[in-house]
Amino acid sequence: MDPAFLAVQALSGLSSASSLFITACGLTIVFGVTRIVNFAHGSLYMIGAYTAATLVPRLLELSFGPVTFWAGILASALIVGVIGVIIEVLLLRRIYGAPELFQLLATFGVVLVVQDLVVQVFGPQDILGPRAPGLRAPVEILGRRFPSYELVLIAAGPIVLGLVWLLLRKTRFGVLVRAATQDRDMVASLGVNQALLFTGTLFLGAFLAGLGGALQIPRVSANTGMDLSIIAEAFVVTVVGGMGSVPGAFLAALIIGQLQAFGILIFPKSTLVVVFLLMAVVLAIRPYGFFGRAEVIGGTHAVGIASRTPLPGRSLILLVVVAILAAFPLVADAYLLKVATEILIFALFAFSLQLLIGVGGIVSFGHAAFFGLGAYGAALAVKWYGVSMEAALPLGLALAALGAALVGAFVVRLSGIYLAMMTLAAAQILYAVAFQWVEVTGGDNGIVGVWPSPWAGGPVPYYLLTAALTVVTVLLLKRIIDAPFGYSLRAARDSEARAEAIGLKVRQHRWLAFTIAGAAAGLAGGIYAFSRGSVDPSLLGISTSVDALTMLLLGGIQTVMGPLVGAAVLHALRDWIMPLTSLWRLLLGLSIIAMVLIFPRGLVGTVRDRWEARA
Amino acid sequence: MTLLAVNGLHKSFGGVVAARDVTFTVARGEMFAIIGPNGAGKSTVFNMVGGQLEPDRGQMLLDGQDITHASPQKRFRRGVGRTFQVAQTFLSMSAAENVQMALISCYRQSNGLWSPARDRHREKALELLSRVGMAEAADVPCSALAYGDVKRVELAIALAGQPKLLLMDEPTAGMAPRERAALMDLTASIAESQGIGVLFTEHDMDVVFGHAARVLVLLRGQIIASGTPDEVRQDEQVRRAYLGDEHALERPKGMSPA
Amino acid sequence: MTTPLLEVWNLCASYGRAQVLFDLTFRLHQGEVLALVGRNGAGKTTTLKAIMGLVSASAKQATFKGKSLAGLPTYKIARLGLGYVPEDRRIFTDLTVEENLETGRRPAPAGRSPWTPERLFRLFPNLAEMRGRRGNQMSGGEQQMLTIARTLMGNPDAILLDEPSEGIAPVIVQMMAEAIRAMKAEGVAVLLSEQNWAFAAGISDRACVIERGEIRFQGSMDELMADEALRAETLGV
Repeated sequence: MDPAFLAVQALSGLSSASSLFITACGLTIVFGVTRIVNFAHGSLYMIGAYTAATLVPRLLELSFGPVTFWAGILASALIVGVIGVIIEVLLLRRIYGAPELFQLLATFGVVLVVQDLVVQVFGPQDILGPRAPGLRAPVEILGRRFPSYELVLIAAGPIVLGLVWLLLRKTRFGVLVRAATQDRDMVASLGVNQALLFTGTLFLGAFLAGLGGALQIPRVSANTGMDLSIIAEAFVVTVVGGMGSVPGAFLAALIIGQLQAFGILIFPKSTLVVVFLLMAVVLAIRPYGFFGRAEVIGGTHAVGIASRTPLPGRSLILLVVVAILAAFPLVADAYLLKVATEILIFALFAFSLQLLIGVGGIVSFGHAAFFGLGAYGAALAVKWYGVSMEAALPLGLALAALGAALVGAFVVRLSGIYLAMMTLAAAQILYAVAFQWVEVTGGDNGIVGVWPSPWAGGPVPYYLLTAALTVVTVLLLKRIIDAPFGYSLRAARDSEARAEAIGLKVRQHRWLAFTIAGAAAGLAGGIYAFSRGSVDPSLLGISTSVDALTMLLLGGIQTVMGPLVGAAVLHALRDWIMPLTSLWRLLLGLSIIAMVLIFPRGLVGTVRDRWEARA
Repeated sequence: MTLLAVNGLHKSFGGVVAARDVTFTVARGEMFAIIGPNGAGKSTVFNMVGGQLEPDRGQMLLDGQDITHASPQKRFRRGVGRTFQVAQTFLSMSAAENVQMALISCYRQSNGLWSPARDRHREKALELLSRVGMAEAADVPCSALAYGDVKRVELAIALAGQPKLLLMDEPTAGMAPRERAALMDLTASIAESQGIGVLFTEHDMDVVFGHAARVLVLLRGQIIASGTPDEVRQDEQVRRAYLGDEHALERPKGMSPA
Repeated sequence: MTTPLLEVWNLCASYGRAQVLFDLTFRLHQGEVLALVGRNGAGKTTTLKAIMGLVSASAKQATFKGKSLAGLPTYKIARLGLGYVPEDRRIFTDLTVEENLETGRRPAPAGRSPWTPERLFRLFPNLAEMRGRRGNQMSGGEQQMLTIARTLMGNPDAILLDEPSEGIAPVIVQMMAEAIRAMKAEGVAVLLSEQNWAFAAGISDRACVIERGEIRFQGSMDELMADEALRAETLGV
């Protein structure tokens, strides 16, 4: 192969490593001190890019020159730092002790809020920033042209590493940050105000995110998709490097930069797959990354569902529910039936996640993977093999179960935040495959023409089919939850040490739970594919996973039936409010944050507590 | 009759030796205590017998069977039950369900997907609970029980596996003074009537000297004495280990810190 | 006697539902060394943690220099001038000796000459030779000296010292005793939790015997030395 080509590839790998490191470095420092995995870090990066792309051209109009350009970049990063402080003061400091699931969801709420705010402030169109004065001409490297700005970026990574190193080594703030990373209580015992230290850390982290984003403006235009794409990569870098380790993040960024640069030669379609595979391999060998430590990570675990005495008239209630579901088509029009069908599908999806989170305490952040696998499995079977719906649904379910069994085999070895990240990574790998393997999956456009068999076509029959499948599957899962298997999962969640001491094979149980939950999600995905007639990669995306988590949270994690109610409420609200406003994500994000802060037991949980308090 | 034979157990963490050549035996129906100051290696030895830690060297035989490398799960099947320093129970379940869970595991039904868990082995569970004096609280959620009662439930869980050997890590820690003797009396009577060997660590010397048939004293990972409570109490080395090295301060004022 | 520096009354504390302290009441005066003695697990460590706000005390009534400690976060308690040396040392192992000292630095009250690394290195000569060394490369005894030095960097009026002699070679214990005497000479009060009877007896003015979370005896060290029956029963000495 041409050595010049290789050299240029390696150099562009280095420059993306630099950008990635600058952003991920902030994420890992914030995690090290606060123990919060900040989903909104990508949003701060995006704000940095938008701010710089807007601010720097205006400054350049006033005075054109490199100094102005770099001052503008720095100013943008400082503004983002201040925004980070605001987020810390308003939100993060209220959730430092919350279960990690809530922390992740609340910071994801910030992601949603920022997405809408960015459109409001900067407008919907992408903004391409100015090129850096003095760095417009490319340089020649072994006879090939290479953008000189990229060379500056290559230098920026080590410079930031050096400055962060100096800050952490040579200042009192840095010493305290490193001390707090190791032992927060002890730092407090020495009279250090943690709140101030945490706010300072958030400033530093947000500043670095903003800097990472601002430095991108001559290369890529600021766009609304940057937040989630960078956060996924930044997560990989911090997890692979070991959460909280700055040198680890640097090393991981270097490796990932090169993997991306050369992975393109091996998997031209999907560099993301290579990156996430790296994470899977590293975590399989070193469950805490390169330089991470085995320690208690994140907040306390969420408490899940507990034993309750069965309701006296539960068969009657079930009959009534089934009767109402069956009679619904008599009163509803086609539109309402479509909404009801989707609610049922998402209720099943959320309920399958409840088996993992509420029962097993396994906080999966990538449950969309199995929903999407089920949908794609069914759609691919229809598209490529021309099978009927009756065969495609079980095939989708089987594909999802298989995928879950595979992913599960990896993740049951992990715990806490690493497990959440790994499941997220698994979903992102599948997302990347669906997105980039255009010949098979149709890429961004997805697959169309996935229609049900004639007998099930039309709103009423399909609604009835969905209702029947959902009710039966939910009852089956409920049965499993009440059976010894479900109890064993709860046992392992309540006390792993005790579960092992009474001979329970905890990992094996968790793996089976993962597979069952994946299969049920896959069924929901398959039904969804046929209800819409198409599938697309967004079914596998982070937002779909978060939807399921939001339904759980809304309904109440401590209740068996909460997710069903949560699905109904969220979907109904979305259907009702979304057409009325362009700020749906802002509203959703604020609602998620509000629920975490003031309503953590969810609808069903709160109602039940009231009722029991009165009784 | 020897139930547990521990031979030459050795464990170090980094360069620190936590257990050095620890050898002892526990007989059926015997209450056997391990004592020593903090950091003496009690927990290390205890967790090696329980299967939470793998020894660097040495061997453990339970009823003649080698359990040195068995997982905690396998040890449970071979007849090892245990309680924890901070009681470990399933807080989302009732007292009876806690014991039922142990019975379900004991009968290898934990993968059952169909008939409800709450109906399984309930009679047996109630019987075990009544043996520890907790029958009335059978349907109370474990999270609502007083700590002393949780400790009893934990004992019932440990007994559900029909253990030959019961490991109790500081069984009375965190209990009100009055409850301590009662719990240990109960343990002793169950151990005696069923021929269960009990290996326990304890800080409360009243509990140790009042309930143990034999006592082993560890200091810096090594056995410095073992024997009946009276023998151990008389031992000069033990007195020093527990009360500090009196020679350390022989010349309190004459020596400059160098 | 002067007004007490630290006053604690009816202190109760629990871990979860397990109550470990029952109505402890005692006082610590300026420049005094008060030893909490008793067997392992008696509640000595918990007492110190409860005062620092590190375990939630169910009924904390405590004042330090006349200010109530109830409801204060740990760092504010420390800033009042109450230093804490935990039993498991908890030095920052990724930090060097000098950096560890830096974490503890707080300004001295007006009119008092502050502790500096140099002064502390004179008190603990071993540390002077390893100022650039990381905590994880130090022996237990050196770590113990470092935690005390680190706490002194905050120029406290009183120090809560948890089991300083535990697991430490006799010669270091000797140095520890010297250090405590030096602190006392500076007017720093010490609340000592100690298992090592000889050590406690050698440096303390008064003693509280704690048994199963309750105070069994409170009085001067001389009284406790004289009461052989009590010592035999509660401490086995």
